[in-house]
Amino acid sequence: MLTLENIDAGYGPTTILQDVSLDVKEGEIVTIVGANGAGKTTTLRTIVGQIKPRAGKISFMGEDITRLPAHEVVDRGIILVPEGRQLFPDMTVRENLQMGTYRKAARDNQEQRLEEVLSLFPRVRERLDQNASSLSGGEQQMVAIARGMMAKPRILMFDEPSLGLAPIVVSQVFDVVRQIAATGTTVLIVEQNVFTTLKVAHRGYVLENGRVVLADTSEALLKNDHVRRAYLGI
Amino acid sequence: MTTFLQVLLNGLMLGGLFAIVAIGLTLIFGIVKVVNFAHGEFLMAGMFVTWLITTRLGLHPYASVIIVVPMMFLLGALTQRLLIQPLMSAEDDHVQIFATVGLSTAMINLALLIFGADIANTPNFGLRTPIEIGPVRVLTGQLYIFIAAIILVIALQLFLKNSQTGRAIRAVAQHRVAAELMGVNVPRIYILSFGLGAACVGLAAVLIAPLYPTSSNIGTYFVLTAFVVVVLGGLGSIPGAFFGALVIGLVDSLSGFYIGSDLREAVVFGIFLLILILKPSGLFGKRMTLSHLS
Repeated sequence: MLTLENIDAGYGPTTILQDVSLDVKEGEIVTIVGANGAGKTTTLRTIVGQIKPRAGKISFMGEDITRLPAHEVVDRGIILVPEGRQLFPDMTVRENLQMGTYRKAARDNQEQRLEEVLSLFPRVRERLDQNASSLSGGEQQMVAIARGMMAKPRILMFDEPSLGLAPIVVSQVFDVVRQIAATGTTVLIVEQNVFTTLKVAHRGYVLENGRVVLADTSEALLKNDHVRRAYLGI
Repeated sequence: MTTFLQVLLNGLMLGGLFAIVAIGLTLIFGIVKVVNFAHGEFLMAGMFVTWLITTRLGLHPYASVIIVVPMMFLLGALTQRLLIQPLMSAEDDHVQIFATVGLSTAMINLALLIFGADIANTPNFGLRTPIEIGPVRVLTGQLYIFIAAIILVIALQLFLKNSQTGRAIRAVAQHRVAAELMGVNVPRIYILSFGLGAACVGLAAVLIAPLYPTSSNIGTYFVLTAFVVVVLGGLGSIPGAFFGALVIGLVDSLSGFYIGSDLREAVVFGIFLLILILKPSGLFGKRMTLSHLS
């Protein structure tokens, strides 16, 4: 469904990703794990068109999307729930969710869509008419995910959804990710929380210094010596 | 007492005038984050076109709104697309400021070339006729400007609040990167917003032309005050610009009458300095964080 072939990318003169290849099949939950600065966020921003790769090819549903501007990538149903929530601070929660439906394919039946999404997030429903900036970090993360869901994603990408959240909220976030995947939405998730993420995902890629050093099923990665030593502290 | 009421009313009317000029300026700044130093020259261009239409076609000046507003929209949109957008990737934001200063100078000289240094008087079609409200009097044209300013503020707020495009504009203003992730074509929103801001000053031009003589440097006269208004109201806030304009209008009128007309500007700009020192975010100013600007 989504394929990256030999991607090189970075910011300005700095190269971050080197020769990154990965693929995500329809209905899968795939994770990219790695340390801070390994290039996980850069990978997602490159997929979504906010960073133009220097080399390599990105294709989605058979179409080459390497050079498309971000809004056109999003229009194809590739939705990113960004790191640090990135809500619209002076909009209400409802307006934030409405922004999720900006993509053409998501504009019909907004009310029904809102009901479906809110059924996953009861807390968000209570906050609908509050300003997004007045919510707690965990609530904001739920709104960010709900906003992504409103876009009817064909693939939903999460960038560090558990970052900065209390442990109990982290497990709620992962529950939501599991529920979203259960509805058939394809998920690509980037996390530093390696153990929990591998428990949720089918397959994983390990990114170190901008390169894919391991790619395998989650069970295999959880048993892998390098992964256990470097990321699980076992 | 009547004098005081009259001075107060003059102040309010002046405030309406400042407001209608400042709304477009604050709109562009709030969304595109560019201070358009050519805003006054946009006003001047609109006034000259109003003058041309009124004198050559013999139409009521207000009729030229059908031409001037779309024309100014186009001018604003083109300014963003051809001048500002190529500079947006520049490492230094000041480049955009210099670009609009340059545009301002170019427009003033272009106007001198086309219209000469003479003053162009737009026929006023009775818009300078005073009407009496109780003991005080006001020019009909001034009253229309005041009403138009109120309608414009409300219409813009409704558009920004309730339409899909308006919401996208606010989203871009609040968090450009996140708006992009929602599928918003950010460069297009900038073009649209610059066009809208210029269209607002186009409306101002049509309404002001019958009351003030048009000349190549008329823009500077109005826009300096508009900057004070925009800073007082809080950069980017439309209701802020409106109420800021009323405050400045009242200050201008009261100080002109009770302190001395020579000192009006000193008082107005004294207030400007005080705001910058005491409350740089203005009356209605939102905190301007880096996340707003990135």
